[in-house]
Amino acid sequence: MQKLSVNGKTLSVDVSPDTPLLWVLRDNLGLTGTKYGCGIGQCGACTVHLDGVAVRSCVLPVSSIAEQVITTIEVIASDRIGQKVQAAWLAEEVVQCGYCQSGQIMSAVALLHRNPSVSESDIVSAMSGNICKCATYTRIRTAIKNVALELAQGNANE
Amino acid sequence: MSKPPESPDLLSRRRFLQGGSALAGGLLVPAWLPLALPRSAAADVVKSARLGDGAGGFGAFVRVGLDGVVTVISPKIEMGQGIQTSIAMMVAEELEVPLSQVLVQEAVPDAALYTDPLLGGQVTGGSTSTRYVWEPLRRAGATARILLTQAAAIRWLVAPSQCHARLGHVYGPGTLQAAYGELVEDAARLPAPEDVPLKRYQDFTLIGSPAQRLDTPNKVNGKALFTIDLVVPDMKIASVMACPVFGGRLVSVDGSKAKAIAGVLDIIELENAVAITGTTTWACFQGLKALEIIWDYGKSAGVNSEALESALMTASMGEGVIVVDTGDAVQSLKTAENRLDAVYQQPFLSRSPLEPMTCVAHVQSDRCTLWVGTQVPGAAQQTAAKVTGLPLASIQVHNQLIGGAFGRRLDFDFITQAVEIAKQVSYPIKLIWSREEDMTHDLYRPHYVDRMSAALDAQNRLVGWQHKITGASIIARYLGGLPATGIDADAVEVASDPIYFLSNLKLHYIREDPKVFPVSWWRGVGALRGTFPIECFIDELAHHAKTDPVQYRLALIQNPRAREVLRVLAEKSDWGSALPAGEGRGVAVSSVFGSFVATLVQLRVSSGTELQITRLVSVIDCGLVTNPRSVKAQIEGGTLFGLSASLFNEITVEDGRVQQNNFHQYRQLRMSDAPPVEVHLISSNESPGGVGEAGTALIAPALVNALHAASGQRIRQLPLKRFGFYTTNRALS
Repeated sequence: MQKLSVNGKTLSVDVSPDTPLLWVLRDNLGLTGTKYGCGIGQCGACTVHLDGVAVRSCVLPVSSIAEQVITTIEVIASDRIGQKVQAAWLAEEVVQCGYCQSGQIMSAVALLHRNPSVSESDIVSAMSGNICKCATYTRIRTAIKNVALELAQGNANE
Repeated sequence: MSKPPESPDLLSRRRFLQGGSALAGGLLVPAWLPLALPRSAAADVVKSARLGDGAGGFGAFVRVGLDGVVTVISPKIEMGQGIQTSIAMMVAEELEVPLSQVLVQEAVPDAALYTDPLLGGQVTGGSTSTRYVWEPLRRAGATARILLTQAAAIRWLVAPSQCHARLGHVYGPGTLQAAYGELVEDAARLPAPEDVPLKRYQDFTLIGSPAQRLDTPNKVNGKALFTIDLVVPDMKIASVMACPVFGGRLVSVDGSKAKAIAGVLDIIELENAVAITGTTTWACFQGLKALEIIWDYGKSAGVNSEALESALMTASMGEGVIVVDTGDAVQSLKTAENRLDAVYQQPFLSRSPLEPMTCVAHVQSDRCTLWVGTQVPGAAQQTAAKVTGLPLASIQVHNQLIGGAFGRRLDFDFITQAVEIAKQVSYPIKLIWSREEDMTHDLYRPHYVDRMSAALDAQNRLVGWQHKITGASIIARYLGGLPATGIDADAVEVASDPIYFLSNLKLHYIREDPKVFPVSWWRGVGALRGTFPIECFIDELAHHAKTDPVQYRLALIQNPRAREVLRVLAEKSDWGSALPAGEGRGVAVSSVFGSFVATLVQLRVSSGTELQITRLVSVIDCGLVTNPRSVKAQIEGGTLFGLSASLFNEITVEDGRVQQNNFHQYRQLRMSDAPPVEVHLISSNESPGGVGEAGTALIAPALVNALHAASGQRIRQLPLKRFGFYTTNRALS
């Protein structure tokens, strides 16, 4: 049995140690918001947070996680920045088919936590690991910039 | 010079693409398409509509619940194009309900109710959705409003003309008012009205105004369920490994090592594949790797890309069938003062949507149930009936949100396979293809060779045009053959009806199917295929004549809508203004899917092969717009989708195997490559045109023409990567 801290809960799963976290989330824990796209860390659809850092869960053996805290798209609305990113995504009408967007949002939230005043080049560097076949990139870029602006204004008002 | 008269072939193509259900009437009829359509499918569908949950059963398009909630039954599947929001807007506009009161539900397979006459089936594709639903869906909403208003009038003993509907209520004289939910049961008993007038365009309150999409809130919180996310009781996962060479067969499989993996349940032999079922996807994937399989690779085992290209080039020297022949193009080329010839090539492409092929199937003795995102629910039902031997009525299809299609889910090979697997086990299965399986067992966009020849007079004016199209026939593969003319209507799209004023036009179609894998449609379809060589060649002619490429085109275009998109594009993009050295602009203009589009690329070339797109502008006249937000999003995304393939993508074959199996070998556009796309909509009251593929169809020629303007290098074959070009990170440079 492997213990995992997922979205604020401690859960036990009975899986082989080499199982990628992605499939544990999807098949064992029923958290299907995290998607499978390539299985080799190329597309970013499987992005989740480990201790707040964006990682590709499709290439992360569950045995390597130990005590690190896993956060998935399902609870990102309870995060202050997560909520703003979701709202910006809708306001900017980013989403088309939507399949990659869980991963895009998880990458964006991790980026904004790390660096709330992102530059355009920070955004491009952090987000270029996430493929969107519908090619919603320009709207993702704008949405992240809008959140950064909002965060800056929020700080200025404090 | 006059516009060439349209040949009968051209007219039949038009019927295929624009209505009249030529698929059912004149051409071949595949088993899964309805044999005959009512004279006006749309009118009959509306007539059969009923209202109400409790009283009248399900309607074709509209239900109004006792709680007043309006459910729109969408004959079109949502795959990112925003169609279901547009459909809801059309119904809400005529039914007089706020958009927030509308739910959308997927239609079940029912050819009598949901056939798109533009495609001859219950199909989502070819950018026809808005064009098809525009009339019947508004009429369905209006029918419901009229019946609800009549029910109120009867209840209040007043004339219907004294009542009006607004925001989900009917208002009568004085203070009389009733919510729709209170009127539904009475309304459902009324006969359908004979006369259903629609709103005048100037009275629209929803249509034409930007609306937030209805499907997106659940796509930002992980709640939206795609096929790959579904769980049904007792379901197991399945995954599959097909013979790496198309046409090969399974000889034998040793599954003893796979069986030893925890979570692996059953090993199932199919004719050309082995499937494994298990408790988790990972167990299935690991199990497949542990199989020891002996294949009979079949007769394609020795095929490689060089042989395929060589077969195409040889075939392209022939005559094929003549699609259009007006004036005397051959003579004009013989007697011309000058001539220009060019050969263009477009590569094999994979669709590889991000959600790989997935289907949930449960086969029982007396029924089969499918949960699957598909562009062809009727075909899904038909194939399941064929595999199981059950009658059609025993096959249920629950269509699902689609995680990208780009044409892939017009094909139902994976649905057939899921049913074949499910037939052999007692439990429901969710078949999930690995990315590798998905990319190496796609049906591929054909490789095309276009030979273009122009006859020019002493002033380099165009006096004759010969165009030979060589490539596989997708229609023949999809429908099982071509009409007696031997013309593939999709392959000759645009080329048979160019926007340019061409006397002496001869168009040939030479069919050459690849002897290695099946072919299929890729987003942009025939419109993209045809626009590329024509818009590149026209550009070559303009440069040859030392004429401005926009002016050169305008001199040959008569259609006012085509002229206008090009004129507006030139204006919005500062066409003609000075650019730094190494930077250039290219344009393309075309009539595609009933819309008119012009696209401009401005780019810089450094160090010979380093490309940086500095500006990308698109102008579209798609007629009357339902949701401008969706139109802009589709043009942006569609354009960049096409840019991705134009820069990077090509499927190649060695020893009969597709060589690209994942995104590391089949690069996708990333944010670092993606320039902003400026989109301008032309305000228009013309009938709605298609949008989802319109941007995709224009980008490649604009890109190639810009590259020529910037560097003097004329590229005639895609992708640009072939010639060593790469993109630089716009933000970091």
